Amino acid sequence: MSGRDTVLGAIRSALADVPGAEASDGDPIPRDPRSHQAGPDVVELFVERAADYRATVVRVPPSDAVAAVGRALARTGAKSLVVPPGFPEDLVAEGAWSRLEDTPPLTVRQLDAADAVLTTVAAAIALTGTVVLDSGPGQGRRALTLLPDQHVCVVRASQIAADVPEALRLLHPRRPLTLISGPSATSDIELDRVEGVHGPRTLDLVVIADD
Amino acid sequence: MSGADNVVWLGTPPFPEAARAALADTRLRANLRRATGTIRDRRLAVTAELDDWEDLRETAAALKRRTLRHLDRHLLRLEETVTAAGGTVHWAADAAEANAIVTRLVRATGENEIVKVKSMATQEIGLNEALAEAGIRAYETDLAELIVQLGGDRPSHILVPAIHRGRSEIREIFRRQMGKWGRPAAEGLTDDPRDLAEAARLHLREKFLRAKVAVSGANFAAADTGTVVVVESEGNGRMCLTLPETLITVMGIEKVLPSFADLDVFLRLLPRSSTGERMNPYTSLWTGVMEGDGPQDFHLVLLDNGRTATLADEVGRQALSCIRCSACLNVCPVYERTGGHAYGSVYPGPIGAVLTPQLVGVENAASLPFASTLCGACYDACPVKIDIPEVLVHLRSKAVEAKRRDRILPTPEALAMKAAGAVLSSPRRLAALQRLAALGARLVARDGRIGVLPGPFARWSGTRDTPAPARESLRAWWRRTREEGRTTRNGKSR
Repeated sequence: MSGRDTVLGAIRSALADVPGAEASDGDPIPRDPRSHQAGPDVVELFVERAADYRATVVRVPPSDAVAAVGRALARTGAKSLVVPPGFPEDLVAEGAWSRLEDTPPLTVRQLDAADAVLTTVAAAIALTGTVVLDSGPGQGRRALTLLPDQHVCVVRASQIAADVPEALRLLHPRRPLTLISGPSATSDIELDRVEGVHGPRTLDLVVIADD
Repeated sequence: MSGADNVVWLGTPPFPEAARAALADTRLRANLRRATGTIRDRRLAVTAELDDWEDLRETAAALKRRTLRHLDRHLLRLEETVTAAGGTVHWAADAAEANAIVTRLVRATGENEIVKVKSMATQEIGLNEALAEAGIRAYETDLAELIVQLGGDRPSHILVPAIHRGRSEIREIFRRQMGKWGRPAAEGLTDDPRDLAEAARLHLREKFLRAKVAVSGANFAAADTGTVVVVESEGNGRMCLTLPETLITVMGIEKVLPSFADLDVFLRLLPRSSTGERMNPYTSLWTGVMEGDGPQDFHLVLLDNGRTATLADEVGRQALSCIRCSACLNVCPVYERTGGHAYGSVYPGPIGAVLTPQLVGVENAASLPFASTLCGACYDACPVKIDIPEVLVHLRSKAVEAKRRDRILPTPEALAMKAAGAVLSSPRRLAALQRLAALGARLVARDGRIGVLPGPFARWSGTRDTPAPARESLRAWWRRTREEGRTTRNGKSR
């Protein structure tokens, strides 16, 4: 017998007490996603919660967005910047850094040597200070936001959902999703939080107010 | 045999003995008290922020309960959706089968080393050891797992496996061992956690960048979409899940959820319960393979290894709802004092005390259901409301049953209980015994306390003081002061 038949057979005999006619989806389990917990100003809450995880967050009007991106890159002294396909050109700041494109795909070593990456997001979550990437336009494949040491991320106020359930409804499960809440961190040594282990050590969020 | 394979560490002493040794280690106790105290406070602060926390727990418990009752259907659906998304699903009845599948898949790539995301399931089946026998080296990449692996040690906590180690011990392990596994630690490594994390970053970076094969566990998988989820903090998970060409995920069959939408409940519960964060730094979700992004070869190994035996027990079944947050460890007065090693199992603490005996058979971990005060703190903390005390009591009776079956003569305990039954069922016999006890106690007690008793009583009295019985029992006192005059408190005659 294959492992599959063995396991399925064992499950079925273990569940002998469950009536065969019982529906696996049954009555709906009550859900009460209380997004009102986020309060009236989700943008402000997002800024506060993301900063709590030691992301650097600025909230700017559209006219100041590209300059804010530039300031974030200048602050760390980035020398090279990865810009994924589909990133809005009007937000790519000019400065003392060279620009790298991912078409054709950069090698892992090239990405590791890059200082910063600049992306958009698919959604954000106010209550937890989270940004969500789905490899869509302006976000690039997952390795792009993993290997460079600084991640500058442009979030539009309209993309911020109040809580996790609302954000999940906006996302497509078939796409690879990465939820990011602050820079890479560990608490494995005496539960002291240390930022920066394997992912980017610096996370900059530029929140652009709606027009 | 569903395999005591690696769930219990063969050759380790039973809990009472191991606990005694752990209790004598004052540094261990200090490390544990500080760590569990910190994490408890954090958890309380972030769970208090949500006014629907209790509703969330109810929803999660109901979802898990229902999913387990139809586990076969959900797994078949998961197999279908993962396959449709370009992944391959394998089924493993026990540890040996799972190890053989993973070994075969790694061999097929022609590689002889892999990187690993921290995973309870692969620890449970002893995957690293099995791969080593096949000549494949597995590198743990979670910082705490790395500390455990380099130290030739065993994990002591589900979430923070190196919780028992202090920073200076970790520095020593890094200085001594890193060079043997790859890039050595820098000269002049200090015991500052920042410095230690940097050493781990450099040591593992070269492994991530050259790895062709990775092995992970899974926190959840959604049956309706085939989406698999890994929750982590450091980015080592993302490295393993996205950079290699081949990804092999080993997942316990109980981790499946019916739908992608159900994830919202658990993604809110897990970080708050485990690390006391509103959200952990990184959560990765993937569905099969995606062209041009991440591994192009994805394998999902569905692992039984004692889970169906657990499922068959209508009381014990609920232990399969566990989402491995470790909140129960951090609130447990027993765990806080003994640490994880004393449990002699991959799964320590209260959840280990109910899960381990069920996975390996209660006769193979008979002391674990007793490694608890039944205070119920674990039940209060559990985000999916597993009634751990209920399962513990249930397993205790099974352990006693199993022991009785094996013995020809009754145990001294059984004899004592039989005698106690005879005494307690007769008021006359009880009164006589109480008089006798009061007399005897005066001979052995000091300051109203009875210390260590001789003979078979030493095992009970060696760890506690017994208050000496009163000179007069309540019943005797009542009879003397209240019944003699036949008067009640307000003076009326009866």
